[in-house]
Amino acid sequence: MIGVTRERTVSEMKKSTTQPLPKLATGIEGFDAVSHGGLPRHCTTLVVGGPGAGKTVFALQTLVNGARHRNQRGIFVAFEEASARVIASGNTFDWGLAALVKRKIFLLDAQLSPTVIKAGDFDLVGMLAVLAAKKQELGAEWIVFDGLDVLLTLLRDPLAEMREIYRIRDWLAENALTALVTAKADNGYAGAPSYGFMQFMVDCVVRLEQRMEDGVAVHRLRITKYRGSDFASGEFPVSFGQAGLEVGAAGSVEIQHEASTERISAGFDRLDAMLGGGLFRGSSTLITGQPGTAKTTLAGTFIAAACQRGERALFVSFDEGSKPIARNLSSVGIKLAPHVKSGMLRMYSARTEAVSAEDHLIKLRALIREHRPSCMVIDPLSAIARAGTLGAARAVANRLVYMIKDERVTVMITALTEGADPEAESTALQISTIADTWINLSYVVRSGERNRALTIVKSRGTWHSNQVRELVLSASGPSLTDVYTAGGEVLMGTLRWERESEDSASKARRDAEFDQKRRELEFSEADTVARIKAMQLDLQRQQGALAAYARDEEARLLSSSDRESRLRERRSADPRMSQSRPDVRAPTKKNGEGASK
Amino acid sequence: MSRPKNKARASAAESTTIVSMRLYIAGSAPNSRQAIANLEAICREHLKGLYKLEIVDILEQPLRALTDGVLVTPSLNKVSPGPIAKIVGNLSDEGKVLLALGIKKPTA
Repeated sequence: MIGVTRERTVSEMKKSTTQPLPKLATGIEGFDAVSHGGLPRHCTTLVVGGPGAGKTVFALQTLVNGARHRNQRGIFVAFEEASARVIASGNTFDWGLAALVKRKIFLLDAQLSPTVIKAGDFDLVGMLAVLAAKKQELGAEWIVFDGLDVLLTLLRDPLAEMREIYRIRDWLAENALTALVTAKADNGYAGAPSYGFMQFMVDCVVRLEQRMEDGVAVHRLRITKYRGSDFASGEFPVSFGQAGLEVGAAGSVEIQHEASTERISAGFDRLDAMLGGGLFRGSSTLITGQPGTAKTTLAGTFIAAACQRGERALFVSFDEGSKPIARNLSSVGIKLAPHVKSGMLRMYSARTEAVSAEDHLIKLRALIREHRPSCMVIDPLSAIARAGTLGAARAVANRLVYMIKDERVTVMITALTEGADPEAESTALQISTIADTWINLSYVVRSGERNRALTIVKSRGTWHSNQVRELVLSASGPSLTDVYTAGGEVLMGTLRWERESEDSASKARRDAEFDQKRRELEFSEADTVARIKAMQLDLQRQQGALAAYARDEEARLLSSSDRESRLRERRSADPRMSQSRPDVRAPTKKNGEGASK
Repeated sequence: MSRPKNKARASAAESTTIVSMRLYIAGSAPNSRQAIANLEAICREHLKGLYKLEIVDILEQPLRALTDGVLVTPSLNKVSPGPIAKIVGNLSDEGKVLLALGIKKPTA
């Protein structure tokens, strides 16, 4: 921190009078960020470190990057090992060094053979003259003095060493070269006195270190001095991959991730509904849970859904092979094999032991850049915590998530919970604070049964369900089921099933009762209607009969009066006889009624 | 036992063979000037004219130094007779120079 403030004041002073310090990018992943732009142009940078710390790789990689990407020529002066060996070790990286050595990089064997006899004082005037000629010929921008300490120790005189270092510095300034000087330092700053002196003389000091942490070799880089410039203070992890050395810089302090409002499926409809419509594209989701809570299954559904949408996907698994995972997932209806075959899905599995968390990061970044997935899964991220120290793993986990977000990949990360408390677990890697969505899976054990429960602990920037759902796995994939609450307790599994069947039975009963009642009512209605009909018919018949009787009566009355008058006419009786008629008429009327009935 | 034999051969070489040498210097750098002076003194005293010396100024022929594999200055190469030897430094350590050139054999 002190270093930073001091350097800052220097840079501010410089700013007021001169242009900002011109820098040359090293092209080394992360280092240009840490050094705020690279190494000082036409100045000298000292790279110190113990054996195997990566000094030569750092220097050579800088030359290679300059030559490959910016057409900058470079000279590499090898004091420590033969140039053939330098090329051989450089060929272990994918730099295409052999081709570059012919045209753009000049390697000078400056190893003093052990058979050389030293008889008196010597200097580097001759070598610098050679290099100046070579620089002119090549038009070099960079020069590396690799293992300068090896040559200097031959001088066996601190004053002579100092003199030669000054000579080199002046020569570099004259020749407008950007120089990298590497030198061994055993521990800390207390190296040989000349290197301490060298640190004062040069403009920038980069310190590389290799040490063991929890049985895993870790590499660290630190800038201890940068004249006239700001730099990121602190120690940064270093790792070696195919592309060479890489500095694990946290990147810029300011986070600039795009915030997409596009939603993509988290795997299946019900979960999307719980998330208020799915996951935001480019977001990160953490799935925590104890062993066997179907974290991998959820992740698998997410990946399968992505592939079905026609998006590229990456499935990273730790400590479990991709084939067993694909097989296990296919047992719950998630078929990944066709997507692997079509090239949409890339499955990568790695062991976590004996590899530093850094190396995993490098590998994953390489995979992402190679496959360019839009969705990916890391299952489980907690495995990284086993690689090296927890502190290192935590930093890696953070950087991993940020890196994935930088690449605009929607990621689902699973993490194992050791205890029942999800909060306790998530603190191990502290991923939960960076993750946008956090889904927790747990077991609910009741009545001799274990059931899976799913809750959304958080989901940034969106509505999400606060309810617990039961996660049910079947041959057609995972699904979510409503849980029953009874007496303040959540019912799941068989208990839920019992309650469900109980409910459905009583519903059936109620339905049946209702039907019965309705049918009864319908019957009585129909009965009433029928009876009304019958009575109407009866009424009509009675009315008909009555009318008929009336007609008979009239006819009879007509005929009887007619007959009376005819009898009267025949008997010539007097009109009084007609008084006896009712007695005669009564039985006739009675008979008529009986017949009509 | 073997010492007298060696001595005899050494003195024979001393008397008849011409030592061929090449001295690489860097202009008028102090070490280079000293090297020339030291070597001339050695030759006067020990070789008595039986030597051949070529002085190469690296500042003038830098790429020649490169092909000859010489980097630090001053630097003295014994070209013949074999075995060849490479000596770096201003040749102030006369004993070492004589040994390296094969003029003197190691004694005890």
